[in-house]
Amino acid sequence: MQNNSNNRLPTPLLRVTKLTKKFGDFVANDSLDLSIEAGKVHALLGENGAGKSTLVKMMYGALQPTSGVIEWQGQRVTVANPAHARDLGIGMVFQHFSLFEALTVVENISLALPPQLRQADLSQRIASLSNDYGLPLNPEALVADLSVGERQRIEIVRCLLQQPKLLIMDEPTAVLTPQEAQALFSTLRRLVAEGCAVLYISHRLEEVRQICHDATILRHGQLVAEVDPQVETAATLAQLMVGSSVHQVNRPANNAVGPVLLQLKHLNQPSNTPFGVALVDINLSVKTGEILAIAGVAGNGQGELFGVISGEEGDRSSRSMVLMNQVCNQLTINQRRQLGAAFVPEERMGHGAVEHLSLTDNILLSRHACNDTPNPLNRGLMGIDRAQLATLNATIGRDYDVRKGREDAQAGSLSGGNLQKFVVGRELNRKPKVLVINQPTWGVDAGAAALIRQAVIDLSRQGSAILVISQDLDEIFELADTIAVISRGQLSAGYAAAQLSREDIGLMMAGSHEQNNAGSGT
Amino acid sequence: MSAYEAIILTIITASTPLLLAAIGELVVERSGVLNLGIEGMMVMGAVCGFAAAHVSGSAWLGVIAAVMGGVAMSLLFALLTQTLITNQVATGLAITLLGLGLSGLIGSDFVGLPGVKLSNVSIPWLTELPYVGRLVFGQDPLVYVSIVLTAGVAYGLKYTRWGLIIRAVGQSHSSAHALGYRVIAVRYACIAFGGATSGLAGAYLSLVYTPQWIENMTAGRGWIALALGVFSTWLPGRLAAGAYLFGGVWILGLYAQAMGLGIPSQLLSSLPYVATILALVVISTNRRLSVINTPASLGQGFVPDR
Repeated sequence: MQNNSNNRLPTPLLRVTKLTKKFGDFVANDSLDLSIEAGKVHALLGENGAGKSTLVKMMYGALQPTSGVIEWQGQRVTVANPAHARDLGIGMVFQHFSLFEALTVVENISLALPPQLRQADLSQRIASLSNDYGLPLNPEALVADLSVGERQRIEIVRCLLQQPKLLIMDEPTAVLTPQEAQALFSTLRRLVAEGCAVLYISHRLEEVRQICHDATILRHGQLVAEVDPQVETAATLAQLMVGSSVHQVNRPANNAVGPVLLQLKHLNQPSNTPFGVALVDINLSVKTGEILAIAGVAGNGQGELFGVISGEEGDRSSRSMVLMNQVCNQLTINQRRQLGAAFVPEERMGHGAVEHLSLTDNILLSRHACNDTPNPLNRGLMGIDRAQLATLNATIGRDYDVRKGREDAQAGSLSGGNLQKFVVGRELNRKPKVLVINQPTWGVDAGAAALIRQAVIDLSRQGSAILVISQDLDEIFELADTIAVISRGQLSAGYAAAQLSREDIGLMMAGSHEQNNAGSGT
Repeated sequence: MSAYEAIILTIITASTPLLLAAIGELVVERSGVLNLGIEGMMVMGAVCGFAAAHVSGSAWLGVIAAVMGGVAMSLLFALLTQTLITNQVATGLAITLLGLGLSGLIGSDFVGLPGVKLSNVSIPWLTELPYVGRLVFGQDPLVYVSIVLTAGVAYGLKYTRWGLIIRAVGQSHSSAHALGYRVIAVRYACIAFGGATSGLAGAYLSLVYTPQWIENMTAGRGWIALALGVFSTWLPGRLAAGAYLFGGVWILGLYAQAMGLGIPSQLLSSLPYVATILALVVISTNRRLSVINTPASLGQGFVPDR
C-alpha cells in the first residue's frame, strides 16, 4: 500500500546525471540528466542519430560513459556489462533482436538465464508466463520459423523471466501490426501497474501520447525538453524532436491515371532458402500516374517480391510479369532498366550502394547499362566518361540535398539518410517510367524522409507508375493512391487508399485476406 | 580369425583416425571457427607420440605427448586467429605447412627406428568369444576412446548447457557476446579440444596403425576429416557413419585390388572419396536440417565493439 508520505520523497529508480559519451571528437551524448520512476512509462524521443541508443546502451552496460553518474535506486553504480545490468534488474528489448535463429525459443531464453535452470522447467515457466501476459509462445519452436512479432515476444518474455524493475524497449512497435502494438501496450500497462518502470524509445508520437507518462526529448545528443506527453500534441512533440516544423508532404490528387505499366499475373515463387517466404499467386498492376503501396510486417515476402520484380531472382521461363506491355520474366535487371524501370532495394549499403566505392562509381554501377542519354559509358569503346559522371553526381547531390564531406565522397562515409537520398536520387534522376522502391525511408530522419516521399510523389504525378513496399503505415498513407497488403507471401487485392483505415490494414497484415479469394471483401 | 573379422578389423583401424580428427573439428566448427590446420596438428601428434613412446618405451606416454603436441599447435592457431584476428583460412594452411615441416625436423632422428605399439584390450573370456569377441572386446583402446568421444560430443552438443553455448557462439557471436558470453574463451576451448583429438588421431597412426615414424605419414587424412565435418552437416552421428564408410570402401578397394579383379587401381583408390561424398550429399538433402546445424558465423573472426 502506498501512501502520500512515501510519494513525497520519490527516490527515482534510475537517475543519470551529466552523462556524456564521446566517440573520438563526436559527442553522442552531451551531459544528459534523466530520472525514471517506478510504475511509469517514460518515453525517450528523438530523431535517428539524436543519441537515444547510446544513452540506453550505457544504462544497459553495453557501452561505458565517458563521464557522468548513473544511480540505481539511489546508489551510484558502474554498469560493467549487460549481465551486470540484468543482475541489477534492468532488462532490455533490442530493436534488432539478439536471437539465435537456429535455436529453439527455450534454448534462446535459457542462454540469458542462470545455468541452474533445467530446460524442462523453463519451458513450463515460459508457457505459463507468456500466456499470463498475453504473449503466446511455443517454447519448442525454432526462432527461424517465427514472425517478427513473435520474436519480439521472446525478447520480452526473456526479460520478464528475470523479473526486471526497469524494462528498456527500443522502438518496439516498428515491426508490429497495429493490433499487435495494442496487445503490447496492454502488456506494458499491466507491467507498470505491477510497479515495473518502462523506458520506451520511439519516434511514433501518437503511441507515445497513448501510453507514456513522461517524455524526454533528445536532439543532436542534447536534452532539449522534458514534457508531459499527455498535454502535448503530436505536432508540438515533432517540433521539439526536429527543432523546426516538419515539412508536410504535398500530394496533389491524381486524376490522370493511364495505361498499366507494371503487372504481375499469378506469380508463384517457391522459397529458395529454408527460412525464406514462398510467394503465392501474386496479382498486381500499377498504372501510369499511380502509386501502389504494399504494406506488411517485415519478413512476409517483401524482399522476395522485390527480387522477382527487379530480376535478381525468379523463374526465367515463367510469363507472370509484364513491364511496359512486354513479358519480362526472361529479362535481366539491366534489360528491365532499359525498358524504363528503376529499382531501389531495401538495404542501401551493400545492395543499393557499395561502401568502399566513390559516389560516381556507384552511379556508374546502376547506370552503365541503361540506355539513358547522356550515358556515362558512351565514350568510345566502353570508355568511362568521368566528366559526365561528375555532372550527374553534382545534379543528384543538388536535387536531392545529399550532404557529403567532399563532392565525390566514398558511399560509406555518408550518413544513412544522405546515402538513401543519394540512392533514390540516382534512380529518380533517370525519370524512370516504372519505379519499384522497397522501404524508401527506413531508418531515415524526418527531413530526409519528407524529401524522398515528395520526390516519389512528384515522379508519379509526371506520369510514372510506382510500386512502394513499406512497413511504415504513416508513409503508406502519405504516398499511396492504392494499398495492398502482403502477409505470408500472399498479396491482397488493391484498395483505394481513402477507403482503408489503419485497423483494416492491420487485420490484413495479420492474414485476414489469405487463402480465401483475395478481393472478395469489400 | 576368419576373413570377415580381418576385414572389419582393418576397416575399424583405417576409420578411427579419421573419426578422431573429425569429431574434434566438428566441435571447433560448431563454435564458428574454421580450422584448416588439422593435418598439421595430426602430424605433430604423430611425431610427438612416436618420439615419446620410443624414448620412454611406454605407448601411453606417447599418447599423452601426442595430445600435448596437437594442443600446442592448436593453441598457436587460436592465438593467431582469436587473439590477433588473423584470417582463419590462411592461418590454418600455415599451421598445416608448419606442422608438416616441424614434424619432419623433429622426426628426422626417428626414421626407421622400431616403434612401440599400443596393445589391444584383452578381457579374459569376453575377448575369446567366437565371432564378436575380437571385434567388440579386443580392439585397441583408442577405438573405444573415439566411440566414447563421438557419443559424448553428440550428447553434449544437444543436451548440455556447454553444448548450447558452443552452438550459440557458432550461430551468432555478436548475439552471444551481447548476452555476456565470452566468445573468444569458448572458441579457445573448442580449438584446444580439436587439437587434442587431432593429436590423438596422429598417435593412432604412429602407435597403432603403423608403429613407426614416416615423414608426412598423415597422408592427407586431416583434409578428409575436414571434409567429413562439412558433408555430415556437423552432426556427430553422420560424421561417424561417413568416417566408417570412407574407411570401409578404402579397405574393400585394397582387397579388391589384391584379388586382381582387373579394375584400374586409380579408380579403386578414388572410390572412397566418391562414395563418401555421394552418401553424405544424399543424406544432407534435407536443407532445413543442414541450415539449422550450419554454424552461421563459421570462419569469421570476432572483434568485440567496445
